[in-house]
Amino acid sequence: MTRTEIERRWTVGGRKLAILGAAASLAACVQVDTPDKPIEINLNINIKQEIVYKLDGDAKKLIEQNGDIF
Amino acid sequence: MMTKLWKQWKASGLAMAAIAVTAAVAVAVPSAMAQRDPAYEKARAAGQIGEQPDGYLGIVGSATKEVRDLVTDINIKRKAAYTSNAPQGSTVEQFAFATGCNLIAKTRPGEKYKAPDGRWLTRDSGPPVRDTRCP
Repeated sequence: MTRTEIERRWTVGGRKLAILGAAASLAACVQVDTPDKPIEINLNINIKQEIVYKLDGDAKKLIEQNGDIF
Repeated sequence: MMTKLWKQWKASGLAMAAIAVTAAVAVAVPSAMAQRDPAYEKARAAGQIGEQPDGYLGIVGSATKEVRDLVTDINIKRKAAYTSNAPQGSTVEQFAFATGCNLIAKTRPGEKYKAPDGRWLTRDSGPPVRDTRCP
């Protein structure tokens, strides 16, 4: 094996490594993290009883003034 | 010349009449809007639609496209009303909920309403099953 042949093989090996490295980094880019917790939809309305009481008068007025939609 | 002038008068008179009619309609509409649409009243009475605790109308079972469109239309108007009238310090959702308490209380016997557990119930002569936070 001549010196140049050895050098050439090294370069080929280097190229292969570079391609492998690029492929590996691409694979890392595509990776998607899945959330560990399921997505929750909260249907509970966050309202305290005292707020409902406070809004009661306005609610009654709204119904009276918009008889067509209530 | 005289006829031309007359024509001009006539045209402006027509325009004035048109404006007057438009104004009259604009004035008449709010009072007419205070009443429920007959189709809405009918769907309520038939139990095809009902009141939900969140302050919006819901469809009971399967409904025709007309009924679904009616519900969508009214709910959009309700949302607009809640949004523009929600008092300071309360959210639209909270104001809608407080109104929903009243709307369920106001249902007439035979009409449908949604209980806090999600079931559609028919209003009878007794008080409706409402959220514990309702006054």
